[in-house]
Amino acid sequence: MATPMEQLLERRRGAKFHLFRDKFSANVRITVGSATCENAAGSEAVRQRFKELLEQHKPKHVVLGSVGCSGKCDMEPVVLIVRPGELPVKYVHMTPARVDEVFAGHILNGQAVEKYTMRHESGLPAAEQVISVCEGAHCRAQSAEIQKAFREALAAAGLAEKVVVTPSACQGLCAAGPVAYIYPDDVMYQHVTPEVAARIVNEHLVGDRPCSDHIWQESRVSNRFSPLYSDVYFFGKQLRITLRNCGVIDPESLDEYLAVRGYEAAVTAMTTMTPMDVINAITKSGLRGRGGGGFPTGVKWNFAASQASDTKYIVCNADEGDPGAFMDRSTIEGDPHTIVEGMILAGYAIGAKRGFVYIRAEYSLAIKRIGKAIEDARAAGFLGKGIFGTPNDFDIEIRLGAGAFVCGEETALIHSIEGERGQPRPRPPYPAVSGLWGKPTVINNVETMANLPAILLDGPEWFASIGTARSKGTKVFALAGKVKNTGLVEVPMGTTLRQVVFDVGGGILNDKRFKAVQTGGPAGGCMPESALDTPVDYDSLMAAGSMMGSGGMIVIDEDSCMVDMARYFLDFTQDESCGKCTPCREGTKRMLEILNRITSGRGVEGDVEKLLRLGDTIKKTSLCGLGQAAPNPVLSTINHFRAEYDAHIREKRCQAGVCTALLSYTIDPEKCVGCGACAKKCPVNCIKGQPKSVYVIDAVRCIRCGNCFKACKFNAVQRK
Amino acid sequence: MIATELMKVENDKAVAALPEAIVRYIESVRACEHGESYLIAVLHKVQEHFGYLDVRQMSAVSQLMQIPSAKVTGVASFYHFFTFVPRGKHKLSICLGTACFVKGAGQVLDKIKELLHVDVGHTSKDQLFSLDVARCVGACALAPVLIVDEKVYANVKPDDVARILGEYGFVTKK
Repeated sequence: MATPMEQLLERRRGAKFHLFRDKFSANVRITVGSATCENAAGSEAVRQRFKELLEQHKPKHVVLGSVGCSGKCDMEPVVLIVRPGELPVKYVHMTPARVDEVFAGHILNGQAVEKYTMRHESGLPAAEQVISVCEGAHCRAQSAEIQKAFREALAAAGLAEKVVVTPSACQGLCAAGPVAYIYPDDVMYQHVTPEVAARIVNEHLVGDRPCSDHIWQESRVSNRFSPLYSDVYFFGKQLRITLRNCGVIDPESLDEYLAVRGYEAAVTAMTTMTPMDVINAITKSGLRGRGGGGFPTGVKWNFAASQASDTKYIVCNADEGDPGAFMDRSTIEGDPHTIVEGMILAGYAIGAKRGFVYIRAEYSLAIKRIGKAIEDARAAGFLGKGIFGTPNDFDIEIRLGAGAFVCGEETALIHSIEGERGQPRPRPPYPAVSGLWGKPTVINNVETMANLPAILLDGPEWFASIGTARSKGTKVFALAGKVKNTGLVEVPMGTTLRQVVFDVGGGILNDKRFKAVQTGGPAGGCMPESALDTPVDYDSLMAAGSMMGSGGMIVIDEDSCMVDMARYFLDFTQDESCGKCTPCREGTKRMLEILNRITSGRGVEGDVEKLLRLGDTIKKTSLCGLGQAAPNPVLSTINHFRAEYDAHIREKRCQAGVCTALLSYTIDPEKCVGCGACAKKCPVNCIKGQPKSVYVIDAVRCIRCGNCFKACKFNAVQRK
Repeated sequence: MIATELMKVENDKAVAALPEAIVRYIESVRACEHGESYLIAVLHKVQEHFGYLDVRQMSAVSQLMQIPSAKVTGVASFYHFFTFVPRGKHKLSICLGTACFVKGAGQVLDKIKELLHVDVGHTSKDQLFSLDVARCVGACALAPVLIVDEKVYANVKPDDVARILGEYGFVTKK
């Protein structure tokens, strides 16, 4: 009888054959992004239009497929077109009308429609080939010199117009570094020096004979994303481990997941490793919980594994509640089988036979996709009794949350799965000892689960080589707010905030002034310009007064008021406080009252001190993480932006012009031309004057709506 | 004897209050291990069917699942997703996630409240719109986002609100 691994490989060959017949045999592959955000941006209409055109023209060797979100949110809907021997072209902001142009130009005539490409929209030069040179920690010292050597050799060979040299982030190949990757040839060169660079240009690019002695021959699951996307700088500056398959495979196809070595880690673990080996491997990799707390995953597993109990549980926490965070949604929508496989691995390691995915009810597409993945896996014999033909049993059930932020806390989450009010309880006992229905339970976040198969396939040593001394691997951030490139950003731990915001993120929208970056959601803090060189890892962020959190990263510019930001977050936590313990229930309410007072112009001297004292008490005396972290946004803004609080309280002034109650509008008689545009827009008719003479605002009746400010074309209306 | 009969009367009443599919679902989960843990899943189904939860349905759930009605109400009222107010014909949901907030979703919300005279969690007098606040729908790049029923409106400004609501039958009173 075939071993489980032989069976899996047989299945994979079948899947590949199936895909080859239907998909990969085609010369041209079109994939349309399909995720909550892509759909909201209109990807369904785009897909439909491609379908119509394909039926109408029936071009040979062209196939249409779906992929999850690649993470370039501000340019959605994104369409990827791959033709052999060409750079994979990403078309952005697609509409049915643009589809017509792209279809006529690129699909029928073979000419990419340059003006709609991601390279063009990102301000990158058109190119036939791209050389990306690693700039990660290990390769950085030589990188500039190598890039220079490439450029000089290209210029000498007359290829400077056609081939572009670009830096890339750490590709996790440090032992082979410095590395350089050639698009679209899909060749990775290792141990590159300036001399080797010159050889690559002359032999490979000019002579079309790759320098075989420097080619990196191995393959890593984590290097699957870059051949398709990373010629664009935004992606090139990332390292995709968690999101390795997002935007690459069809999330609703088990075959495509199998083709990218899906479920190989699970079968390898069950047939060649003991549960303890798996735990040791994860411990060695240095993986820490990605849900925010950063507890070492291997240690958590070890606690649960060492409990003598015949029933144990695995829970995948997909209750992504932080406003401004959507990494987990995208991961599930783009690569749901990875989560299933991660849970199988975790279950095997601790000896659990049942797993639960606890997911937000609002995430309808993610629920649908993980549901389909579970069904398909069950039908294939990967879930249920005797999975993969081994003696192990494991099955997964989905449980929906119902909109309670506190359920992200593990003990509250357990209560919610049990069908109770989602309120936390004191720890110890920790869930690893006594969790669901009193049994040992391990709760891991989506991103943690997604890392597990990659760690086992590419090796714990490899994983541990990425990142900083105490934070290993990568972290996915949902970059949003007033930043040019919004989207999902996965970078090695230790990358600085400045690199994320200004390099990957492309800087501030409309070139306004940077004010702060907020990480950790309602539990985190705002970090000012002076903290921009903080590396993103658990300990550095904590030391800087914020926290890693689950990965929301919101960029704030000069138009936002920090007191108002603090009020916003506190309004959220106050609303979400479960009410069990007094410091959180009452304390956050009192803090919110003070903040409302300050932002409405009724702040008094001593309010800031009261906030500090209350915040300190709430942090020290709350039962769970929600309360303990609730004051963070207030405390960190007071710490870094005290002057704004003082201006609100003492001068009744909001510098950013956000707190309307503090604003006053006047008309500068020097600038007013008497056009009357402001008076026409005033909803309460409090602007008086005659055409061709200076208008005046009645400050008593003014409701500070700002209409006049916007209406004036001569900057005569002054806001203070 | 009387007790069993009483139980049957109550059960019949409960069965009559809920659609058959939900009654069957409750029966199937009660047979599972830790059957009471499916309470939230049952409430999801009830709300999906009726649009909200009212006392009659919640006591039916309590009867059929054999969970005290105080606990059913306690659980339902704990979670934001459940509502006890009938929904309007169209559901407005304004995202107040951080990205939307930073880009001015608060002003959009104020405009909706002003135009419809309706507070968050409530339904307008003509039963046309109900207003809810979403905590990040994950479409941060499109911020601020307003969702009407299933349709997502991106980059919404306060001045756009009247026009968008107009598509669903809202008439501005002069």
